Amino acid sequence: MKKLLLSLGLLLSFYSVYAGGYRVATQGQRALAMGHSGVAVVNSAETAFFNPAGLILLENKLNVSAGVTGVFNSTSWQNSSTGQFSSTERNVSTPFYFYASYKVNEWLAAGLSVFTPYGSRVEWETDWPGSHLVNEIELAAIFVQPLISLKVNDYLSVGGGPIFVTGSVDFNRNLTRSLVDEQGNRANVGISDSGITNWGWGASVMFTPTEELKVGFNYRSEIMMDAEGGEATFSNLPNSPLVPSENGVVPFNASLPLPAEWSLGISYEFSEKFMATVQVDRTLWEVYESLDISFPETGIPDAINPRNYQNSTVYRVGAQYKASEQWTIRAGYYFDESPVQSGFFAPETPRNDGQGFTGGFSFEVNDNFAIDASFLYLRFSEIDESYDFYTEDGVQVPFEGTFKSNAFLPGIGITYKL
Amino acid sequence: MKKYFTYLAITAFVFTSCDPEFNDSVEDGDLYSTGEADFTNFVSVGNSLTAGFADNALYIEGQENSFPNIMAKQFELLGGGDFVQPLMNDNLGGLLLGGNQIMDTRLVLGVDEEGNPGPRNISGTPTTEVTNSVYGGQMNNFGVPGAKSFHLVAPGYGNVAGVQAGAANPYFVRFASSNETTVLGDAMEQNPSFFSLWIGNNDILGYATAGGAGVNQQGNLDPTTYGGNDITDINVFGSVYSDLTETLASSTSGGVVFNIPDVTTIPFFTTVPHNPVPLSEDLAVILNANFQGYNEQILPGLVQQGVISEEEMALRQISFSAGQGNAVTMIDEDLTDLTQILQGPPFNLDPQTAALLGQLRQANETDLVVLPAASFIGSPVPGGGSTAVNGVSVPLADQWVLTASEQAEVEQARVAYNSIIQSLANEYDLAFVDVAMLLQEVEEGLPTDSGVLTSEFAAGGAFSLDGVHLTPRGYAVVANRAIDAINEKYNSSVPRVNPGDFRTIQPSNN
Repeated sequence: MKKLLLSLGLLLSFYSVYAGGYRVATQGQRALAMGHSGVAVVNSAETAFFNPAGLILLENKLNVSAGVTGVFNSTSWQNSSTGQFSSTERNVSTPFYFYASYKVNEWLAAGLSVFTPYGSRVEWETDWPGSHLVNEIELAAIFVQPLISLKVNDYLSVGGGPIFVTGSVDFNRNLTRSLVDEQGNRANVGISDSGITNWGWGASVMFTPTEELKVGFNYRSEIMMDAEGGEATFSNLPNSPLVPSENGVVPFNASLPLPAEWSLGISYEFSEKFMATVQVDRTLWEVYESLDISFPETGIPDAINPRNYQNSTVYRVGAQYKASEQWTIRAGYYFDESPVQSGFFAPETPRNDGQGFTGGFSFEVNDNFAIDASFLYLRFSEIDESYDFYTEDGVQVPFEGTFKSNAFLPGIGITYKL
Repeated sequence: MKKYFTYLAITAFVFTSCDPEFNDSVEDGDLYSTGEADFTNFVSVGNSLTAGFADNALYIEGQENSFPNIMAKQFELLGGGDFVQPLMNDNLGGLLLGGNQIMDTRLVLGVDEEGNPGPRNISGTPTTEVTNSVYGGQMNNFGVPGAKSFHLVAPGYGNVAGVQAGAANPYFVRFASSNETTVLGDAMEQNPSFFSLWIGNNDILGYATAGGAGVNQQGNLDPTTYGGNDITDINVFGSVYSDLTETLASSTSGGVVFNIPDVTTIPFFTTVPHNPVPLSEDLAVILNANFQGYNEQILPGLVQQGVISEEEMALRQISFSAGQGNAVTMIDEDLTDLTQILQGPPFNLDPQTAALLGQLRQANETDLVVLPAASFIGSPVPGGGSTAVNGVSVPLADQWVLTASEQAEVEQARVAYNSIIQSLANEYDLAFVDVAMLLQEVEEGLPTDSGVLTSEFAAGGAFSLDGVHLTPRGYAVVANRAIDAINEKYNSSVPRVNPGDFRTIQPSNN
């Protein structure tokens, strides 16, 4: 078992993409199969992520859940007035999770979570018509959170713990729509930084007024990822003092917020076999006003990229049915409101409102071990949008077109209890 | 574990084939109509402007931004095929013939040690050898830099043996199918389904850029006797243009033709003012003293003798003042030649001075000084001492200035060519692009998606550093006009391009 987890961990070198902004909601196959609703659900160590207050309510002493999701997402873009079109590479990325809890006594449980709630990997065709905004972006962040869960009384438990984040960023774009070197290669800048770390925290409560009813609330704090002294590489600039930079590597500073998020939900067990849940998530995206990149002590002007994200809500509903001793099936749906506002539709996170259709099952191999599987189809409608805040020689040049995205996310995981 | 990855690989395959589909897809051609045109095999015929020539050279990147190539990429959305061009070997430009360099490299905008920007040849040795033919099968761009109208139907224009003598064109030699072939013949061999034709510019431009130092061949119907800087006879142009349009229109679904712009809308003629010379007070005093006798005695004397008119006397007055704004001195071949008279009594000037004054005047607002004169005017005369300055004490020769009467000759021919082009466009029901009007709009400032495009040299964005040919952005604007004209004529709906996606001039200190 240990070996399996280790090899999973090593193989998953990146993790990422989809959903509002760069939030990637794939933090548990059982919850994901129910529309990623888990704040009021206690059925495995997944609750370490969704609501750590629930860990003390788990029946077994030791609980482990781990899993990985394959994210296959793609976005197409076209502009009918110019006949230009492009689409992103359908790279697979693999967000993962590992949760463990240990019941110390009847009122105290300790736990550990490792998960990847934020990330993005978007790779457009090199030098595509929007390459002055982005050619390629890859964000990754691993959250590590030690937890405790306390039973206050028969109706109420609380949980939480500090969060350590380590992240990396790679971003590449062309400098302008038309600047080229003497060979006609597009002038380009790439920024790269890794090992960006910071701390945050999370806390939750779970209220259990009756056997059948659970009400949960969870909060995770904002964490600012400050990249300082990363490497910015300028390339394909002509050899001329008339252009803003020389070819080469200079340091850069930039900040990217991983916004705070809260969830509120209830679940109800209609029978031994059937349970349903509804949940609302709110992500406080408004902290992401602008992506500003500065190049200290180089004389290169700052790159100011307004984003103007707005807080967004996700509405989730899910249910599970225990079909037999071995099989549990699940289904769910969610509506994912985009934090991206009209006119700020930057192709690095080309996301409008989406609808998630989910399903999945658990298969209990024996009393201790179960396999969990989920599938998510994320559907976005076709949208005419623009990013209006790119300027060239003092002239605002909107980048316009029709975008359409979709994503398929098959996931598999295991649950172990002792 | 192994099984898991097999599962992942299968799903990966399934999901990668599910790209999001638009209701109306640009890529699948759902949105555009060809109308009555057939864009499957687009062939373009013309001169440097069709070839993508820019910055006084032909080079790969310029060719990729030629207006027909820009159009062909749009045609691809409507069933258009590959557009093959006789690409050069490098991005330096310039040509070798038998290993000897016969054409310079491209101009780039360099910055000198004092921080002043200016055009210069990019360093490096050209690698495009004229004798290395790129002919072979498909070819779509028959734009031949330097070609005049009649060259397109001249056998032997692609024969390397004729290059040195000027009877053949090194650019055509590179992709001619044989020594005897013609540009038009090779173009027709490609079985075009649609064509563009932009020819006639060089029929006047050679004369104009040489400051009128050529011959106006009006009345001479044999173009084989023309020199490179001559104006083509209007009837010769008319007969050739008629052949071209008739042949090209005969087997194609249609085409687009372009007319000839006015030289006064081209920065080559509008950048250097007639009065760019700054003088110190001392030098102005010396120069005025030198010309005092000429202005006040000799010229009035010649009027009295009836040798020149009052009008010519006024034109020939030479005067300078301290500071900016002194008009250059120049030789005007339309003035009465006084060289002999001035050596005789009562003037008795020495032959050298008489020759200097023979057809001398200062330039005025009606004169167009050519762009290359910029570096010549004000430069010291070798061994001439501190008062000897080109453009002042040494007048500009005929080739540096296009005078009003020379402009009139050019304009007369241009207007005639344009009316021929327009009437043949009507006769064969072809799309027509009024380039003359377009460049007038550019001169006044043409709004685009990336600001206002003007014809200001280097900074305006429309014209490349040779002041005659366009930048990629300028060519994109031409392509859009052609697309508009085609859509109107053939009821098609070819989409336009964003000019801002194309560059202007290239800065480089290489």
